[in-house]
Amino acid sequence: MAEVREEFVEIAGARVSVMRAGQGEPLLFLHGAGGRTWSPLHDRLAERFEVIAPEHPGFGRCELPEWMASMADLALYYLDFLEALDLRGVHLAGHSLGGWLAGEIAIRNTSRLASVSLLAPAGIAAPEEPFGDIFLWSHEQGTRAQFYDQALAEKRLAIPPNLDLVLQNKTATARLAWSPRLCNLQLPYWLHRIDKPTLLLWGRQDRVIPYACEAYWKKDLRHSVSRVIEECGHGLHNEKPDAASQHMIAFIEGAKA
Amino acid sequence: MKLFFFHLMPYADLDLSYADKHDTAWVTLPNSYFDPAKGKATYDRYIGELELADQLGFDGICVNEHHQTAYGLMPAPNLIAAALTRTTKNAKIAILGRALPLVNNPVNIAEEFAMLDQMSGGRIITGFVRGIGSEYYAAGVNPTFSHERYYEAHDLILQAWTREGPFKYHGRHYNFDYVNLWPRPVQQPHPPVWVPSQGSSETIEWCAAKERKYTYLQTFSPLHLAQKNFDAYRTIAHREGYEAQPDQLGWAVPTYVAETDEIARAELKPHIEAFFNRFLRFPLEMRMPPGYSSIASAKYLIETKFALRSTDQTIDKLIDMGMVICGSASTVRDAFLHHQKNMGFGNLIAMMQVATQPAWQTEKSLRLFASEVAPHLRGVAEKQTQKQTMEAAQ
Repeated sequence: MAEVREEFVEIAGARVSVMRAGQGEPLLFLHGAGGRTWSPLHDRLAERFEVIAPEHPGFGRCELPEWMASMADLALYYLDFLEALDLRGVHLAGHSLGGWLAGEIAIRNTSRLASVSLLAPAGIAAPEEPFGDIFLWSHEQGTRAQFYDQALAEKRLAIPPNLDLVLQNKTATARLAWSPRLCNLQLPYWLHRIDKPTLLLWGRQDRVIPYACEAYWKKDLRHSVSRVIEECGHGLHNEKPDAASQHMIAFIEGAKA
Repeated sequence: MKLFFFHLMPYADLDLSYADKHDTAWVTLPNSYFDPAKGKATYDRYIGELELADQLGFDGICVNEHHQTAYGLMPAPNLIAAALTRTTKNAKIAILGRALPLVNNPVNIAEEFAMLDQMSGGRIITGFVRGIGSEYYAAGVNPTFSHERYYEAHDLILQAWTREGPFKYHGRHYNFDYVNLWPRPVQQPHPPVWVPSQGSSETIEWCAAKERKYTYLQTFSPLHLAQKNFDAYRTIAHREGYEAQPDQLGWAVPTYVAETDEIARAELKPHIEAFFNRFLRFPLEMRMPPGYSSIASAKYLIETKFALRSTDQTIDKLIDMGMVICGSASTVRDAFLHHQKNMGFGNLIAMMQVATQPAWQTEKSLRLFASEVAPHLRGVAEKQTQKQTMEAAQ
């Protein structure tokens, strides 16, 4: 297992934690609504890439910055982030809210990107299969929806949550995604701007961001590859890290060829 | 003290067994539980009860705003207030309140209140609230902007009432190139503003500030919390360089008067228990959408206050905590005199219809209150000097 280093960077007045592990091409991993963790998928990816996992401004231990009124602001922040850390040839990946964010970054500027991996991304809704209500769900409901295998959910539920972090992460998520809920109705109009290979990766039994959304992303992406993981809920980074990393690595290798 | 009758206008016909299938009477309870054939009679009854309170000499009658719930059938309280301007004569009409952050055009609230003020001949009291947590699910408004929108909408409404128009207003959430109110309110410089709250320290601080001196209304709280918040208000006023008057404080509490203590408890019991256990029932996530309160307040509420409002309240517990006043006329009178002396409020807002409570109970209670309780309470706070109030508070 690669050694994980934590450092702090200050950009746009927000001081955030950045975790890094591994060596190789940079892979910037954007976390979802539940906050930044170092997941089993991060470990697998760190065997191949230098994985860079920042905590978004407003999440975790970072207060909500005044400038952060919408996902557009956070996307611009990450363009600053890429410049500030002078990252080039970046494999951009994001899960859930972070997948949506990756899409918002990529429609604005792909010059520092090599590829884009969207893991069960929020951002575009399927009218026939609405998102789960992550705000109204209880902690237990939300945790159960992360997993297809409920035995894994129960293991997770046995760990008491840190109330401060939960409240901070939910507040930041609400700031970005309350209305319209977890999506940007304008996003489909600009997906054609993403000129780098894009992976759409989903768990088949996702009850938070249903797999039905995949078709709405694919429709407007120019260079997309779709993969689905069977018997897998929303939290594919925790539930199926091997399958997820294999798909991601194969996609990135394929993109280079 | 001034005496008000506050009507919440619940759907009294609610099938209480809804709770076997649904975890709340708010937002997600299917509206198939509402029988369209019962609405007309319900509104007639409730408006009639408010009119009766005016005839019985109450100083004011109160309505409020909630959305998508069996708890209250007044998503647009100004409609009820408008009807009351035509059928009541003397009572103040208090709208407690409009939820400012939920609207995209606060000027419209300024306009409606100005209309009501004119139509009632200057009898309205306006209430400014943020709306409870569940309203943010119903309205789609981002709860993380709730405070900002509240303060900004408040500033805009106050300016609309008091500044010569047209003027420009440019804020973060509200932007207008032309604000120019027609009609202007009859009460000058503007109608009274009351702030009903469950008592966040930030709200109390804001109300008591010397440039506002808004009446702070404590709702649904155990006595010790109401006492603590009134004391906080007076302390802030003192620091601001003035002495808070009793009419700057109001206490809102469910109240029931019957022939004897035993009769009162027995008659109120099923209804007040339905009120707290069924009508005021919601999951934590609905009550506290993210960002609605600061993280410190949210943690405090989760760990303290919400424990009090579980769904197994009994009338005895509620009376013990001072969350309900119930009994014979003399018991109710003594309770209010005692609490007023200790707490120093000048406005008593009695909620005299709750949940499933039938018309005959509300009418009996209103009449007994008016004839046997009210005469003993009138003038009490007014005679109380500020010095006594301060001493009582300590």
